[in-house]
Amino acid sequence: MSYIKPKFRHPNLPTNALGFTVADYDGAISTLCAGCGHDSISAAIQNACFLSAIPPHRIAKLSGIGCSSKMPTYFLGKSHGFNSVHGRMPSVATGASLANRELTYIGVSGDGDTASIGMGQFVHLIRRNVNMAYIVANNGCYGLTKGQDSATADLGSVSKYGSTNPFDGIDLASLALLQGAGFVGRSFSGDKEQLEPLIRAAMAHKGFAFIDVVSPCVTFNNHLGSTKSYTETREHLDSMPLDFVPMREEISTHYDAGTTQGVTLHDGSVIHLHKASSDYQTDDRNAAMISVQNAKDEGRILTGLLYLDPNSQNLDQNLKLATKPLNEMGKDELCPGSRVLNSINEGLR
Amino acid sequence: MEPTDTADPEYFHKVVDCQFACPAHTPVPLYIRMIAQQKYTDAYLVNWESNVFPGVLGRTCDRPCEPACRRGRVEEEPVAICRLKRVAADFKEDVADSLPKAGPPNGKKVALIGAGPSSLTVARDLAPLGYELHVYDAESKGGGFMRSQIPSFRLPESVLDEEVGYVLDMGIKAHFNSYIDSMADFLTKGYDAIFVGSGAPRGRDLPNLPGREEADANIHIGIDWLANVAFNHTDKIGKKVIVLGGGNTAMDCCRTSRRLGGKEVNVIVRSPYADMKASPWEKEDAIHEGIPIVDNHVPREFVLKEGKLVGMKFDIVEAIYHDDGRRELVPTGDEPAFFPCDDVLIAIGQENAFPWIESDTGINFSSWGLPVLDPETLQSTLPEVFFGGDAAFGPENIITAVAHGHKAAVSIDLFCQDKNLSQRPAPYVNLVSQKMGIHEWSYDSAPVDDKREAVPLVELKAALKDRALEVELGFDAETAFIQAERCLNCDAQTVFTPGNCIECDACADICPTSCINFIENGTEADLRSRLMVPANNDEQDIYVSDKLETGRVLVKDEDVCLHCGLCAERCPTAAWDMQMFLYNVTKATPDLVDIK
Ligand SMILES: Cc1cc2nc3c(=O)[nH]c(=O)nc-3n(C[C@H](O)[C@H](O)[C@H](O)COP(=O)(O)OP(=O)(O)OC[C@H]3O[C@@H](n4cnc5c(N)ncnc54)[C@H](O)[C@@H]3O)c2cc1C
Ligand SMILES: Cc1ncc(C[n+]2csc(CCOP(=O)(O)OP(=O)(O)O)c2C)c(N)n1
Ligand code: SF4
Ligand code: SF4
Ligand code: SF4
Ligand SMILES: [Mg+2]
Repeated sequence: MSYIKPKFRHPNLPTNALGFTVADYDGAISTLCAGCGHDSISAAIQNACFLSAIPPHRIAKLSGIGCSSKMPTYFLGKSHGFNSVHGRMPSVATGASLANRELTYIGVSGDGDTASIGMGQFVHLIRRNVNMAYIVANNGCYGLTKGQDSATADLGSVSKYGSTNPFDGIDLASLALLQGAGFVGRSFSGDKEQLEPLIRAAMAHKGFAFIDVVSPCVTFNNHLGSTKSYTETREHLDSMPLDFVPMREEISTHYDAGTTQGVTLHDGSVIHLHKASSDYQTDDRNAAMISVQNAKDEGRILTGLLYLDPNSQNLDQNLKLATKPLNEMGKDELCPGSRVLNSINEGLR
Repeated sequence: MEPTDTADPEYFHKVVDCQFACPAHTPVPLYIRMIAQQKYTDAYLVNWESNVFPGVLGRTCDRPCEPACRRGRVEEEPVAICRLKRVAADFKEDVADSLPKAGPPNGKKVALIGAGPSSLTVARDLAPLGYELHVYDAESKGGGFMRSQIPSFRLPESVLDEEVGYVLDMGIKAHFNSYIDSMADFLTKGYDAIFVGSGAPRGRDLPNLPGREEADANIHIGIDWLANVAFNHTDKIGKKVIVLGGGNTAMDCCRTSRRLGGKEVNVIVRSPYADMKASPWEKEDAIHEGIPIVDNHVPREFVLKEGKLVGMKFDIVEAIYHDDGRRELVPTGDEPAFFPCDDVLIAIGQENAFPWIESDTGINFSSWGLPVLDPETLQSTLPEVFFGGDAAFGPENIITAVAHGHKAAVSIDLFCQDKNLSQRPAPYVNLVSQKMGIHEWSYDSAPVDDKREAVPLVELKAALKDRALEVELGFDAETAFIQAERCLNCDAQTVFTPGNCIECDACADICPTSCINFIENGTEADLRSRLMVPANNDEQDIYVSDKLETGRVLVKDEDVCLHCGLCAERCPTAAWDMQMFLYNVTKATPDLVDIK
């Protein structure tokens, strides 16, 4: 009987710039169904944080409700975390990021959590450009409540119980593009080579970064007729591979002949798009929307970095908020007293 | 790489590191599980079938299995395999009824020269088949060097008597006190086959060292001296003793000296401490008994005063290691060191010697004085004569002698039936799924964190008073359980069925030791370099699957797999299964014991 993850690790695990191994980014053992795509995403997030050498205690994980929203328990056990109510993670994330802009925020949500109950909060999060990576583990169903169709289920997809979905699905990536998100990506849980660099780039981006990840629900949505099964997704994948090179490695890195297009982020790190996607323009929002739509019309799922504006103004910048985290300010800074209040009032007269 | 052929039993055999490293291929994890289940008798029988002397080996084995143990690669120390074997022997019930008897006579006669572990193994393996077996030994009792060399404080005589008895009781005709002095004569006695298990009985000397001849009365050859002690011909030694040599014989000599009146016993060795041949635990035991080990000292001369040995002089050296691996002992230029002594024991190695085998018998010897043998069959250049144990390839150890015994018995059986000796029967193998439920296996799959514990010892004072008092007390049942649970069950194999895999990555993600990889195929070196953690341990295989649906292959590095079964638990399609692998090495009699 297990459900115990042994303490032993490979003795030759590589270390990152902080001297940590990927095991230092471990969480509890997963209780999701064996083979759930969400576990792959957890592994990708864990590895991305390890590779980008982010100190675990400088990360905050935020989520709502759903199998997907349970994921943060299964990675980064030494990080901060907040498991909020269904669909309400965006407001918690907004508050946290206002209070301390120095942490790396990773939001993990599901298609139900985001596209149904949390839709209102979600669009406002984009509109406000909260500095965080927001990852939707998109399985086209409510996994936790036993596989009902979600709002992202594709038109005509057959549920495990046999009914055909009569509605068009919400495409969260298109929505994010339309709403003005500065970073929009899409990937597949079974394509870590693409997903990992995408997550690293999203965390490096200084603003709202959205990644829609197709993540098969092996238990309720992996059958014949489902459009989000492992087989169906792999068959229709239109993948634009990429690499992420952090700022400190940029100078010494040589790119293979295959990588042609480089996009530099605000912190100096670079995203390299591979040859297969070299004619794709990541800086053209309209073109991105058209490409996504065209792919969809052809029954293809376009994955990769869909759009990036490295210079978007995030919430902190827009509201000219204090750069210092609230928990580092003293009483006098937080509550400057009546003299300052009077002078403000004076200024308004 | 081509997909791995797991239908070849040698692939999974190699994964069971301890068993693979054991010359006799004892199914180690199997008996360790039995100990954990308190099935000591079964654990004993599994051992007895493979290595014939579990009680002896559980105390004295050179344990090549332990350095090989996988646990030693994921934490500091391997499983206490050897001392767990002793637990099986200590706690077993009467096994006499479970042991095989001599079979109905088959009309063939086989002679065995020497009654050491190799000969006794041949006898045991052949007896159930009805051979008439005659064992000859110069000594008065069976056991060979196990009796004459290994001191009783390491191996009580009762343990040896019991296990030698189990073999002799199978209707073996023992001829003790019978030194064979002519092979030419012996060949005329009408045996269908002869096995030579006469060991490597000659201890090396230092004949040219100044003072050697004059001080002869107080200079003893280690193995001869130990034999004299064992057979009660010697019962004391001087107060000050120098033991020359750095191997296990030197360790037995110095510890025995301490028990026969030696107060100041020094082991003095040419090489640096770390390079000494003795097993680390034997060195520790000697030091524990108050015996200093002086390294980097090369014997220069025996010093006499008034015709009597009073000490030895040594040149002091240091070891220089050359790039080609050569080691050179270079004098430091210091003054030679003097050590006073009353007696010197020379324990600097053993040699083979066959003064009783005439050169015209048809048995050829190499320039090294070793018989020319087919390494697979152990047959000599005279077809009816076979060699094994220390007599075959020079001094080794008991478990190697046993392994030779199994091999030679198979050869002798084939030879006596006029069959081709190279067409050897296959080993017995089995592979059975362990699945009982979603998170349940029929073995304890979760690796525990307990550390290795040393075996408790008797009080030092008491030990030094009585040369027959066993020093190690053995594990009690509770400790044995904890130590047994440290075994990772490397015989619970991860068996992969590529056709079932949907490439969800669950197994790769959960694997605590990053063994599993889904990557593009390549050459072995290329694959090894591209794994999540590169597979740098070339002694361990990598498993490569058939091509999967995405065109990639699954590559599993066997090196540090914990056999925890998590890959199989997290696999939604049962593409992984944990299957118990049993490998029973080829023996002349395949089913020697019946284990429930
Ligand atoms: C001091 C010492 C300590 C050791 N400790 C260990 C240990 O702790 N663990 C371990 O695994 N190994 C140990 N060994 C090695 C081990 O004892 C031998 O490798 C092993 O016993 C070899 O077995 P064998 O079958 O070749 O015959 P041996 O055990 O060498 O026996 C050969 C027998 O043949 C007899 N013989 C020889 N010639 C003739 C003849 N012409 N006629 C009749 N009889 C003859 C001899 O009397 C002897 O009894 C030790 C060796 C020494 C010297
Ligand atoms: C306020 C509220 N309404 C409804 C639920 C019931 N509920 C739990 S999870 C869930 C859907 C989760 O779907 P999704 O976000 O896609 O996660 P998945 O399990 O598919 O990963 C629902 C409706 C709830 N927990 N709270
Ligand atoms: S129900 Fe579906 S989404 Fe939830 S854990 Fe199981 S496979 Fe994953
Ligand atoms: S049994 Fe499976 S999960 Fe466990 S260490 Fe071995 S390969 Fe990894
Ligand atoms: S868990 Fe099973 S199905 Fe998933 S990748 Fe591993 S072997 Fe394949
Ligand atoms: Mg869902």
